Amino acid sequence: AIMRGVPQLLSRARLVRVGFSASEPVLAVQAGILQPDKFTQTFVQIRGLKSSKVISQAPLTAVDIADSGKQLKQELEAIVGPGNVSSGESVVLQHGQDEGPHPGKSPDIVVFPSSTEEVSEVCKICTRHNTPIIPYGTGTGLEGGISAVEGGVCVNVSKNMNKILQIHQEDFSAVVQPGISREMLNQEVRSDGLWFPVDPGADASVCGMCATGASGTNAVRYGTMKENCLNLEVVLADGRIIHTAGIGSRPKKSSAGYNLTSLFLGSEGTLGIITSATVCLHAIPESVAAAVVGFPTVQNAVDTVVMTLQCSVPMARMELLDEVQMKACNEYSGLSYPETPHLFLEFHGSESEVESQTETVRDIAADNEGGEFQWAVQQEDRTKLWTARHRAYYADIALRPGCRSLTTDVCVPVSALPDLVTATKADIAEHGLIGPMVGHVGDGNFHTMLLFDPADPEEFRKCKEVANKMARSAIALGGTCTGEHGVGQGKMVLLEEQFGKDGIDVMRQIKGALDPQQLMNPGKVFSRN
Amino acid sequence: MALKVLVGCKRVIDYAVKIRIKPDKLGVVTEGVKHSMNPFDEIAVEEAMRMKERKLVNEIIVVSCGPAQAMETIRTALAMGADRGIHVEIPVDKMDTFQPLHVSKVLAKLAEKEKVDIVMLGKLAIDDDSNQTAQMTASLLDWPQGVFASKIDKTDAGLEIIREVDGGLETIRTTLPAVLSADLRLNEPRYATLPNIMKAKKKKVEKMTPADLGVDMAPRIQIVSVEDPPVREAGQTVADVDDLVAKLKEKGFSSA
Repeated sequence: AIMRGVPQLLSRARLVRVGFSASEPVLAVQAGILQPDKFTQTFVQIRGLKSSKVISQAPLTAVDIADSGKQLKQELEAIVGPGNVSSGESVVLQHGQDEGPHPGKSPDIVVFPSSTEEVSEVCKICTRHNTPIIPYGTGTGLEGGISAVEGGVCVNVSKNMNKILQIHQEDFSAVVQPGISREMLNQEVRSDGLWFPVDPGADASVCGMCATGASGTNAVRYGTMKENCLNLEVVLADGRIIHTAGIGSRPKKSSAGYNLTSLFLGSEGTLGIITSATVCLHAIPESVAAAVVGFPTVQNAVDTVVMTLQCSVPMARMELLDEVQMKACNEYSGLSYPETPHLFLEFHGSESEVESQTETVRDIAADNEGGEFQWAVQQEDRTKLWTARHRAYYADIALRPGCRSLTTDVCVPVSALPDLVTATKADIAEHGLIGPMVGHVGDGNFHTMLLFDPADPEEFRKCKEVANKMARSAIALGGTCTGEHGVGQGKMVLLEEQFGKDGIDVMRQIKGALDPQQLMNPGKVFSRN
Repeated sequence: MALKVLVGCKRVIDYAVKIRIKPDKLGVVTEGVKHSMNPFDEIAVEEAMRMKERKLVNEIIVVSCGPAQAMETIRTALAMGADRGIHVEIPVDKMDTFQPLHVSKVLAKLAEKEKVDIVMLGKLAIDDDSNQTAQMTASLLDWPQGVFASKIDKTDAGLEIIREVDGGLETIRTTLPAVLSADLRLNEPRYATLPNIMKAKKKKVEKMTPADLGVDMAPRIQIVSVEDPPVREAGQTVADVDDLVAKLKEKGFSSA
């Protein structure tokens, strides 16, 4: 019983040697943290025994650590092949850092499996060695989701598992492996008149988008990842392979069993590794028109959005750029928009539908003090019109060369948006920060790019303060601390506030059931206790 | 005075595919490999469609030369809005020796047969990069050519074309009929939508062979070998600047 219990008590130690003394009920344990280049002493507190007292301790030798690391590496090489296991410095560095502002921690080893079965065997090995497992797709996340906070093995499932397994044109669905990014999928299906509409900006792995519950500019009409995922193939920490909606299932709807697809969507790698996703495709719209219109205030712009939605105009994209963002875009892309809040709009449908939708929205905008209503139909004209929005992030970084951005992601009911945006802008100004704003206003979701100098911790602290305040306001208004980027490491405290202790405890119980050794992407979403 | 356009489309290996050389080193592997319409030909079809939407053109005929699968390419062009197609059938085993000169002869014959005003092609195909067909077609027809077009406008006397050349942009005027070839920045092609894909299935596609057009298929060019570029060799790390200089001298890169 003690032998079984010990691996769970050792939070991140690997059991190297165990000894029993015949005369006293003493468990002598040597344990080491799996860090091949340095070793640490571990004091093990053994609960459940009559007394727990450290009798003696001795540092593990470097040989002990190196041996245990070497054995793990050999076992992994036996499964994926020696060319697909690396602990090289630049490789681990790349696999611990995503595109967000938080510095990531490198894993100890990176493996590149080539099949779901290999992923399963890798997980079994890591479970035996009690080593953390961190799934890796394209590394394009923003919340430090891939940071190996407790070291471990990073499982890069995108490099070798990069096939589109099935495309079902008539059923509007496709099955993809983690190495397929959304642009790759789109390129493949466009000749069938289909597209995959979830567009978070980055060319992210589709399976990675399932892991974070990604969304994007088209969500107002086409939904987020949650509405566009039919089934997931997941490998659990113990190596079991499951299909969340049924083996090979891809019906449009199902009442069969617990909704495991929803459970794993947005679980950010803390419950299992997604090795394939069945996603929904949509028909490429017959006609697309783009429009841009400026307003004197954010309130005017948001009112326009609310009225448009209430008129049931099936908008495909509704993006709000505030005046700070417009200034940045003008400077970066050489444009000459007035520096006021602007709405960037896109209409999808048949030619006549698009025309009538555009007319309706043009009138609503005019009623709300809207300025010049520019619109375009040709592909390159639309691209040009939307340049400002597409390059928004880079335009922000260019505002203060060398700076990085803490990107916030709150989402509230649309009616609460104007107040929250106004309060946030005041808060940003009060803290003396630059924070251009881009919002998927149709969903009540907006991002502020709070710029900070990476060499100035005080400025970063101020950004965090503004971000946290914004998130708390959003929660109080009936919203969420993260609309699409996920919790990662940075919002764990906010999640507790949003769900309350009991809510998070339920999540902990589920995690405990599926990942008893706490190996799947530790240190993310919520704390252990 | 609406014009008739003949657009040429080639079925090529998709640009995103990793090319592999055949074991006999005389070509590349095409079996089971993803193919699609040559990207420059998509731009050509799109330009023809835009001219039709501007009422300058009233009929777009798309032609493709190749085996049975060339029909996919024709259907794609029809789904983009072309009116009808012509499939010039070339047996699979003759594809290796089917060369730009043959295509030019076929296009020239079809241009005369269909009495078109414009022959519209992509500037080059991404598999052979020949960049010859438009020019040879114009020569065979003795028509003016506007190649590497990045903008095409109708004038009273014919066409005004802006061409992308090494030194910048060149504006030329031609009479009609003319042969044009599309460069990258001419336009951004539309995607075929499902309703148009369904409509395309009903559009007429005529089949014929080069012999029907009196074109002889004898090859003029023989491919001697196809090889991979040389494998990149491993680099050498040097200890310090002195070491680097010594190594450079050793390899004969230094005159000192």
